[in-house]
Amino acid sequence: MATEIDQEKAPAKLKIVEDATCTFCGCVCDDMELTVEGNTITKAKNACVLGKSWFFNHHIEDRPEAMIDGQPASYDEAFDVAADVLFHSQYAITYGLSDTTCEAQRVAVAITDWIGGNLDTTTSVCHGPSGMAFQGVGEVTATLGEIRNRADYLIFWGGNPAESHPRHFTKYSLMPKGQFVPNGRKDRTAVLIDVRKTKSAKAVDTFLQIRPRSDFELAWALRGLARGIDVDPSVEEKTGIPLEQLVEVMEGMKRAKFGAILFGMGVTMTRGKHINSEAVLALARDMNRHTRWIAKPMRGHGNVTGADNVVSWSTGYPFGVSLTRGYPRFNPGEFTSSDLLARREADAALIIASDPMSNFSQPARDHLASIPVVVLDPKLSDTARIAKVAFTTATYGINTTGTVYRMDDIPLPLRPAFESPFKSDYEILKAIEARIRKRQLQAVS
Amino acid sequence: MPAEFILIPGRTSKQGTSLNEGKYTDNYQTEINTLQMNPDDMDRLSIAEGDVVRVWNSFGSVDVPVKSGKAELPIGVLFISYGDKSCRLMGGETHGSGMPDSKGLDVLLEKVES
Ligand code: SF4
Repeated sequence: MATEIDQEKAPAKLKIVEDATCTFCGCVCDDMELTVEGNTITKAKNACVLGKSWFFNHHIEDRPEAMIDGQPASYDEAFDVAADVLFHSQYAITYGLSDTTCEAQRVAVAITDWIGGNLDTTTSVCHGPSGMAFQGVGEVTATLGEIRNRADYLIFWGGNPAESHPRHFTKYSLMPKGQFVPNGRKDRTAVLIDVRKTKSAKAVDTFLQIRPRSDFELAWALRGLARGIDVDPSVEEKTGIPLEQLVEVMEGMKRAKFGAILFGMGVTMTRGKHINSEAVLALARDMNRHTRWIAKPMRGHGNVTGADNVVSWSTGYPFGVSLTRGYPRFNPGEFTSSDLLARREADAALIIASDPMSNFSQPARDHLASIPVVVLDPKLSDTARIAKVAFTTATYGINTTGTVYRMDDIPLPLRPAFESPFKSDYEILKAIEARIRKRQLQAVS
Repeated sequence: MPAEFILIPGRTSKQGTSLNEGKYTDNYQTEINTLQMNPDDMDRLSIAEGDVVRVWNSFGSVDVPVKSGKAELPIGVLFISYGDKSCRLMGGETHGSGMPDSKGLDVLLEKVES
């Protein structure tokens, strides 16, 4: 889809990439029009403020291709050290994966399987609780296209799309004119449920400012109302929302033709976690007694949904999978990275496109800093700084092609803007895998 | 007397844009190292913008400058962007979910007299 225009005076060739895909957030907008001059993207038509900063700030980094113990090294040297670390480990963890292509994710799964390690993704500290809740109560689901064309009632719960997914409102949910909502925003009612009165509150009709840690109680009260059960007015004490207002919201929900609950990490990260997600998913299910309702988690990273899909189709479980016995076992709390590190069980780590040193709990960070870590990241990160081996990688979507999944489980292709001198995650993981296999075959021969 | 608060770490769009510039840029570092507080709470505790407060719980303690969370934050609730400071206040326990308590943390707060 790239057309090249030779410009006589321009120092670098100008290239336009149409229908490029932004992989900064889970919206994975695939309608970008990028203007590329040499190794720089100078315009990103259709991108939001986050998308623009994503495209404009990914240049070719002035970093060595790899570092071993903080010293510059070649890819080949680093492949060998990385393979040694993983090959000699007793209980290695693979973690991250939400900001890389599905093709690279598959190789990471294979490596973990070969070495009998533990496989986990950033899902475990984002919508992992929702992944557990799906198994408990199921998921009444829809694509963003259906929401765009049908949804006349929207509930945003525990999330702030105006800041975290800026085009969600305009491209998929609140604003667009759709087949069954021809007047766009005018045909839709929107509610925001959150503790903070964020920028998203301005965009909706009703803002329910709930007390911290009362998502479960609110969802349960709404479930009661959906099922015609009398709800005690004391719900106001716990949630901060008067019963009359909940009744009013429920009336609106019942009148809707197509309702959608889009929930964020305010639901999953607060005490209750998967029980909170279960309550929200069950509410959507209950609403189908009256009319069509769906519930969908708002996913953060560009390809975190791809990570769930790849790990699910290859092991049967979405995250927190132990492959140590040669077959997959799933147990959040036991096989999730945060726990394995905080309990000081892991003895090596393969971290792909993620920075747990900047968001894990202190006990987990302390242990990660004490074991050999192999990191793949396009930029310098806190985790790359403590790594035994740190690879500099090409940026997915900007330098490399591949497949990513949008937050509604729709796979989309990537159309890169310019080439990077650095290797892709896929190439690096393939090289590490080949070296690990060689060591394993040598060990048995 | 330390005051009790509930801390909600989260993400902001400023954190998102400065993240792309790099994690070691001033913008990003300021974003993850600043605590937001309701203006009424700031008055009550005689805290001005830029004053440093100590925030702690059983897991750790951090010193951070304060800025007004304006109308976004209800009384009794604090906000900080995810980063080194918020990590220090998170425990390792996940209650069998894989997810440590990462939002809605009980903390104590006291102004650090300079
Ligand atoms: S909404 Fe997300 S995917 Fe779309 S342009 Fe903005 S950052 Fe990129």
